[in-house]
Amino acid sequence: MMADYDAIVIGAGSVGVPIAYFLAKEGLAVLCVDGRPSSGQGENKSAIGGVRATHSDPAKILLCKESLRIFSSWKGDTGTDIGWKMGGYCFPVFREEEERTLRSILPVQRKFKLNIDFLSAKEIEKAVPGIQEKGLRGGTLSPEDGQVSPLLAVESFTNEARGLGAEFRFGEPVNSLVMEGKTVAGIRTPKGEYKAPVTVNAAGSAATAICRMAGIDVPVRPDSHEAGITAPVKQFLNPLVVDIRPGPEGKTSNFYFGQVHGGQFIFCYTPRQPFYGEDRRSTSEFMPTIARRMAELIPRLRGLTVRRVWRGTYPMTPDGVAVVGKPSKVQGFYVAIGMCGQGFMLGPGVGANVASHIAKGRPLIDPEVFALLSPDRDFTAAKTEKLK
Amino acid sequence: MMTEEQRIRTHPILPRPEEACVPFTFNGKAFVARAGEMISSALFAHGVRAFNRHHADGAPQGIFCANGQCAQCLVLADGRPVKACITPIEEGMDVRSLNGLPELPAEDAPMAFGRLRERETDVLIVGGGPAGLSAALELGRGGVRCLIVDDKQALGGKLSLQTHSFFGSIRDCYAGMRGMDIGTLLADEVRKLGDVEVWLDSPAVGAFSDGKVGVVRQGRYVLVRPRHILVTTGAREKALAFPGCDLPGVYGGGAFQTLVNRDLVRAAGRLLIVGGGNVGLIAVYHAIQAGIEVLGVVEALPVCGGYKVHLDKVRRLGVPVWTSHTVLRAEGRGKVEKVTVAQVDSSFGPIKGTECTLEADTVLIAVGLSPVSELQRAAKEFGIDVRSAGDADTIAEASAAMFSGRIAGRELLRDMGFDVDIPREWRDTLDVLRAKPGPTHEPKLARPEGTDVYPVIRCAQEIPCNPCTAVCPKNSIKTSDGRMTSLPGFSGECLRCTKCVVICPGLAITLVDRGYDPSGETALVFLPWEMPAGIVWPGKEVETAGFEGEGIGRGKVIAIRETQWQNRRKLLLLEVPANDVDKVAGLRLFDQARLGKGSPLEPSEDDSTIVCRCERVTRGQIVKYIRGTGIRDFNALKAALRVGMGPCGGKTCTEMVMRIFRQELGKDAVIAPHVERPFVQEVPMGAFLAGEE
Repeated sequence: MMADYDAIVIGAGSVGVPIAYFLAKEGLAVLCVDGRPSSGQGENKSAIGGVRATHSDPAKILLCKESLRIFSSWKGDTGTDIGWKMGGYCFPVFREEEERTLRSILPVQRKFKLNIDFLSAKEIEKAVPGIQEKGLRGGTLSPEDGQVSPLLAVESFTNEARGLGAEFRFGEPVNSLVMEGKTVAGIRTPKGEYKAPVTVNAAGSAATAICRMAGIDVPVRPDSHEAGITAPVKQFLNPLVVDIRPGPEGKTSNFYFGQVHGGQFIFCYTPRQPFYGEDRRSTSEFMPTIARRMAELIPRLRGLTVRRVWRGTYPMTPDGVAVVGKPSKVQGFYVAIGMCGQGFMLGPGVGANVASHIAKGRPLIDPEVFALLSPDRDFTAAKTEKLK
Repeated sequence: MMTEEQRIRTHPILPRPEEACVPFTFNGKAFVARAGEMISSALFAHGVRAFNRHHADGAPQGIFCANGQCAQCLVLADGRPVKACITPIEEGMDVRSLNGLPELPAEDAPMAFGRLRERETDVLIVGGGPAGLSAALELGRGGVRCLIVDDKQALGGKLSLQTHSFFGSIRDCYAGMRGMDIGTLLADEVRKLGDVEVWLDSPAVGAFSDGKVGVVRQGRYVLVRPRHILVTTGAREKALAFPGCDLPGVYGGGAFQTLVNRDLVRAAGRLLIVGGGNVGLIAVYHAIQAGIEVLGVVEALPVCGGYKVHLDKVRRLGVPVWTSHTVLRAEGRGKVEKVTVAQVDSSFGPIKGTECTLEADTVLIAVGLSPVSELQRAAKEFGIDVRSAGDADTIAEASAAMFSGRIAGRELLRDMGFDVDIPREWRDTLDVLRAKPGPTHEPKLARPEGTDVYPVIRCAQEIPCNPCTAVCPKNSIKTSDGRMTSLPGFSGECLRCTKCVVICPGLAITLVDRGYDPSGETALVFLPWEMPAGIVWPGKEVETAGFEGEGIGRGKVIAIRETQWQNRRKLLLLEVPANDVDKVAGLRLFDQARLGKGSPLEPSEDDSTIVCRCERVTRGQIVKYIRGTGIRDFNALKAALRVGMGPCGGKTCTEMVMRIFRQELGKDAVIAPHVERPFVQEVPMGAFLAGEE
């Protein structure tokens, strides 16, 4: 087989671009293709940019630790500001059941040496100025988590990857894979055929269709979430705040917001009833619903000015865990898909590990933990993370 | 208390405004405002031009859109950041300029939330201007439930700012009446209809996938569920990027009309107007009526695009119109102090050595209009039945907007199953009203035989206008074929009634009386007169101007007379030498020769020209990005540079950025367009919480 590249990455988004970057850093000749006209035009620009390692799933903890390391040192390494703000994550607690949930995952988080603690109400009031004091029991704070601008990050990763020799082709959707028996040998787009010994599927919400072209079935099913952003105000809120109480209006199961590096507030909620599908059209109920939740938690937020709302998708998997690795049924093919709405925070960690796996045959993190994400796993075995 | 010097207290057309009596402070200084006045106008009246400094680079910012669409005029009012142009002054308000990002007030008391209100209507009309009101009249008379929402405090839209008389025909669009009076008339008619509800101070801010439209009704968010939407949101000015275009003092013709004609603020001292279309030419006239000195008009094309009658009227007053000229740069510390213009070659490049710098404090950009159509696009995307009329559909004169509103109203009625007639000739009339000016002919200025009293009609260009043919009691003014665009001519008897002089919207008709002086040495000419009191008076010797502003000679003012025919237009009776009387078309009030005395332009890189003023993105940054990446996606620019991500959401810069893309990548390059999201205008978070009263 005459290869045009050492590796091809399908998808120039939150996951695909870091994979291309780290592959190029490993010295591989990389092509990254996307049907859209530039990087980050899929779910990346819908992401709100929170990055935390304080999960309960070991693989996510390790990958996001890697992401945090990469994001936080990015400016020093490349000279480009991607809006990194180490403000931490705060989960304030008003009811016993949420306190129990949060406290129950602290041991596993501590096992992975994550900086997180359950703080008193007084300490939470200090961390979250203006938070409603009535009923506040305390909450967790993980000061080493943070926020990054997804837009600036994907842009900068693209530039750096280009600088390392990676090639990007936009406006080229993948129509089919070049199959040689059970081996994926490349891709076909409307503009031509490109061959490489390795092809990586990082196609976000379109990932399932790409997998089918390779003859494997990985169930990734997008559901959609709405988000919004305000005009900027002077910095006053450090952590990204997550309120995991279901909303009294019956529509929300949790909501989260934070003040980004530029001073804007960015916000989102998880609908109690998921909206499956790829509908990206905003609904009229989002803004009135989230505005009430935000102003109920921090009354002064009523003084903000809402600038824009949008809707993006979470590529969900049946067990709520990302699908990353090399499917055993086909050769020359990797997947890094089904990020369940956390593709942006997982992206660099996934990218570094997938690139290492391709170039050196092993991931950076514990291979046993990495294997938990394997596309070969049994998706019917229900396993839901306590706190996604 | 500081004396107010920049308010207009007398105006030839507008009623005398209330005195300012509402005290407030600005940066601790005591000021007074007129009751209900917007903060921006009150500050302008006290000479404040820079309202805040941009958080990114400290650049001074002031009034730009005067329409709530951008946030260039942000100030702190009682500690809260507000848009000065849409926030009325309240007694005792503490207004402060803003330096960088505002602090969110620590208002931490828990609040009670109102219930979100929803409202159904058959037809939602977005915008109560000429098109919206005209459509509402048709729909309301047909018995259809309509809701008009408008972001302003009064109906009429931009009609309220039009102090001049309108073109068209009397029958179709009230030709000869002033725009502001037409606005009042339409609004009064609409108010009589029981089925039409009007919400003022209620911008429609977004359309959603569930078919609802978000409206901020007097600060409270309401969801409207319409069966049909008619978007009659009008137009906004195109912007122009040049060095210094972001300085306070550079803004659009619409903002100027708002400050001057709505709020009676003497918004400028020395004014340069960029663009010789109708908006720019009318702005000259409005400025002079407000007592503002106009330096001139620059127009990049070899001829002005506006109506010739507007152009001639301006030239007669002595205001220079520099065609094949452009603005190169504006300069000043914190606001515009100087502006440099230059002649351009056939490809619109400035010709070296022709640069000239003028002292100006205001540069009006009037280089064309774009439809305000973002809400329409959103509604369409979401499958709501939506249509548009007026400028939101096709940019044209307000007379066309009224007519297209009427047609849209009837079409809606028809589509809703009503048995209505839409006369076929309405479509033709609309096309005529919308048409660009037609060819120009030599006017027939010769003295008609056998009479000493006759009108001289300087109507030389085919435009849709014919009220002169309707008012002559002797039916002596006619067009050859009866078409609205044909040129009128006089033949027959003249009763000296002057109705034609006072109705001609173009001020293009004078009336000659050769019987005035039995000796035959002098003659009397009746001129239409709309200038402020005190400029001329009976007995004053004046310079006279001809058809296109050429100097004729001298004359003596005999009288300034009110007329019974036309509210607020006066007749100026002028004694001139009998030989001049057919030629005199107006008074020259100003000295023409102003260009050519300035200093040459220092060579400069135009790379630091601000293109996205909200986010302070320069042309250099955009060009570098396009060249460096080859990317053909507006959205990539948004992500990388924040172009179009600020308060105005790309309304100001999108066209300019697309032009840069085409300059860099070729005019046929396919560029992925800016993805638009709700809201079409920023919404205070509190509006979503307020709910029902």
